[in-house]
Amino acid sequence: MAAEREPPPLGETRPTDFEELEDGEDLFTSTVSTLESSPSSPEPASLPAEDLSTNSSGPKPAEIMLDDDREDLFAEATEEVSLDSPERNPILSPEPTPAITPVTPTTLVAPRMESKNVTAPVIFDRSREEIEEEANGDLFDIEINVSDPEKVGDGMNAYMAYRVTTKTSLSMFHKNEFSVKRRFSDFLGLHSKLATKYMHIGYIVPPAPEKSIVGMTKVKVGKEDSSSTEFVEKRRAALERYLQRTVKHPTLLQDPDLRQFLESSELPRAVNTQALSGAGILRMVNKAADAVNKMTIKMNESDAWFEEKQQQFENLDQQLRKLHASVEALVCHRKELSANTAAFAKSAAMLGNSEDHTALSRALSQLAEVEEKIDQLHQEQAFADFYLFSELLGDYIRLIAAVKGVFDHRMKCWQKWQDAQVTLQKKREAEAKLQLANKPDKLQQAKDEIKEEIEEWETKVQQGEKDFEQISKTIRKEVGRFEKERVKDFKTVIIEYLESLVQTQQQLIKYWEAFLPEAKAIA
Amino acid sequence: QEGSDDGPDFLSEEDRGLRQINVDLQTDAALQVDISDALSERDKVKFTVHTKSSLPNFKQNEFSVVRQHEEFIWLHDSFVENEDYAGYIIPPAPPRPDFDASREKLQKLGEGEGSMTKEEFTKMKQELEAYVDFIATCFFNTYLFLCRVAAHPILRKDLNFHVFLEYNQDLSVRGKNKKEKLEDFFKNMVKSADGVIVSGVKDVDDFFEHERTFLVEYHNRVKDASAKSDKMTRSHKSVADDYNRIGSSLYALGTQDSTDICKFFLKVSELFDKTRKIEARVSADEDLKLSDLLKYYLRESQAAKDLLYRRSRSLVDYENANKALDKARAKNKDVLQAETTQQICCQKFEKISESAKQELIDFKTRRVAAFRKNLVELAELELKHAKVIVILSCL
Repeated sequence: MAAEREPPPLGETRPTDFEELEDGEDLFTSTVSTLESSPSSPEPASLPAEDLSTNSSGPKPAEIMLDDDREDLFAEATEEVSLDSPERNPILSPEPTPAITPVTPTTLVAPRMESKNVTAPVIFDRSREEIEEEANGDLFDIEINVSDPEKVGDGMNAYMAYRVTTKTSLSMFHKNEFSVKRRFSDFLGLHSKLATKYMHIGYIVPPAPEKSIVGMTKVKVGKEDSSSTEFVEKRRAALERYLQRTVKHPTLLQDPDLRQFLESSELPRAVNTQALSGAGILRMVNKAADAVNKMTIKMNESDAWFEEKQQQFENLDQQLRKLHASVEALVCHRKELSANTAAFAKSAAMLGNSEDHTALSRALSQLAEVEEKIDQLHQEQAFADFYLFSELLGDYIRLIAAVKGVFDHRMKCWQKWQDAQVTLQKKREAEAKLQLANKPDKLQQAKDEIKEEIEEWETKVQQGEKDFEQISKTIRKEVGRFEKERVKDFKTVIIEYLESLVQTQQQLIKYWEAFLPEAKAIA
Repeated sequence: QEGSDDGPDFLSEEDRGLRQINVDLQTDAALQVDISDALSERDKVKFTVHTKSSLPNFKQNEFSVVRQHEEFIWLHDSFVENEDYAGYIIPPAPPRPDFDASREKLQKLGEGEGSMTKEEFTKMKQELEAYVDFIATCFFNTYLFLCRVAAHPILRKDLNFHVFLEYNQDLSVRGKNKKEKLEDFFKNMVKSADGVIVSGVKDVDDFFEHERTFLVEYHNRVKDASAKSDKMTRSHKSVADDYNRIGSSLYALGTQDSTDICKFFLKVSELFDKTRKIEARVSADEDLKLSDLLKYYLRESQAAKDLLYRRSRSLVDYENANKALDKARAKNKDVLQAETTQQICCQKFEKISESAKQELIDFKTRRVAAFRKNLVELAELELKHAKVIVILSCL
């Protein structure tokens, strides 16, 4: 295995690597994922010995964004370098984020390698068996739990620390089972890093749970009531779902920042996520500016798919919001029902006490007991209403916002490309003007300058086009993946929820069946 | 019938229930009374009171008249004001149906003409069902009053009652005007003030002493239970409403396209719709079997308390007459008159005490029977509904 191979310098040596491709060629032409195929089966039938259909834990390793043109692979690697230019948002964590962040397909097959930097040529050295093995479920064998919320410190500087436990057989991690302590801002910091790195090139990065100043203040101040316990539990569950979604994403799973988050015992404090910090305000301003920009970008959508999808997501967003509001109302009313049932139970017990007919008195007491048990049922049901149904909807509403964000990035990318074209045009015009001008002394220097600039902008235009194509490709794939996940998620959760409803009814049956003979015994 | 997509199906249940009461309360063919029809108009309900009787004082053997709420109140009040009936529990009058609330809802029903969303349509059906339930409760309370009067050995012979049953013209009982209402108000105030004074008098008779303690506490607890039951029933209804909205939203999600997930959403939407119907039914049944029962016994226990009050009053009168007689004898003035008064008071007190005892025993019997019936039916209905939901949920 070529695991220890030095990543070759990009650019010149590329052509030699092409030879190696002859061997591994078959692997990748046959694993072209036809993105246009239906979301339920991403693998084209042409896949040879790989048994990919059984694994339901997510996209297969072979679902690489390779297209017919394998050379793109190397071009993309080249792109990596340019992506590191100052245009990139500087919020990058140091060491674990290597200079060349492997974002592209090159790293999808990397997990078997020790945390070295892997680039294109290495893939082609891997044997078919290795890929098969991974495809058969090993790749996404990772389970995350968030548990044991613990208050650390006192007063306004206090915070909750959560235990993040990872169980995995993936070799990119140092151990099979390990846990660390993380606080909420650590999660936000992780999300911030991932979003910065991946969203602007089209990856849908799962959003982190929302901040809640009120909720957190209560906890800090030390209010030990049920509402703050509920708040902590809600947050814990949300953090768990957040991490589980993030690790399910094949690209994000490879990210060293994510690995560091899960593994390292110490993590540099993510200060930029503080609610009212300067960076926070700057982010808010940027978001607002983005919103304004979005309105003014009128893109010539050449691809109907994107227009359709955007409309679909708009509709879905609206529907989910409506449903979410209804479910929240249900949670509220169910809690009220529980409280009212408890009150009635007490009242019925009192009535039973004052009833002077013995058998009736006993029956009324039994009724009170039944109602008390039913109150418990209502509480449990409200719990399920919320944690299963309501939170799922909330998560997806936020996810769709992330999807919309990714579409927006594509628009910005397009805009950048267009702007480069315009600038190039201007430069060319300027050059033409210079050709006609009559100032010999300055002329040559100016001509040279403008030639250089034109070259520069030609490159930028090419780059812009490539970026745009790349992000479009990525988004198509991501949307396909998102739809699949959504279907699975919804089905699983809704079925679980319906089961909870049925269980409640079955319990009700038990209680009333026990009560009926008591009522009949009144004589 | 439950869960099927038709109109209100409560009536059949109600009919069954009422016929059972019929059997319970009316034991002879000499006088049989029922309400054969109820017509709801904009702000009133007209009941057709149907009588079958072999008694000679009626012109015919079978006849019907139309009566409204005010006329029932008139009859009830005439019983209350009749000194001869002081020793009986006067069957509580049917409460005035709150037409303002239902009128609002009826208006909203009318406004929804033209195209309606699925959600609006379901809401409208719900309101219609609720309105029908409201009429049913109204009907039930009125019918119960009528039956109690007809079953009472003394009250059924009352002349006013016969006029009420037979006179086929409007009884010209305009609703109590302000002056009368004010008088009533004062009377009640005095009564409650008196109640405090009079109940301070310890009763010689253990039975009545126990009854008084029992009734005061029972009445308060029934009041509380009735209020809490109401709240619980209303919460249930809110939950059913939420199911309706959720079902509609799921339906909208399901109609986006024809992929598998959308078919799934449609199925789940249907399930929520069906479950909603049943939860609404659960709420309505709790209302009828529990809340209405408690409300009724709130009124009856009040009527029983009133009886005790009247007895206490007559006891006070009796004791006062005794004192007056002693005084008269001491002064040797108007002795005969004092003796007569004392005799009358004594007889009155003893008569009331005797009938009151029987009335209170009957009250207990009726109460136990009614609670038993309703609790059994409540449990059976809850069981039925829960089982249906479980079956429906097997997607």
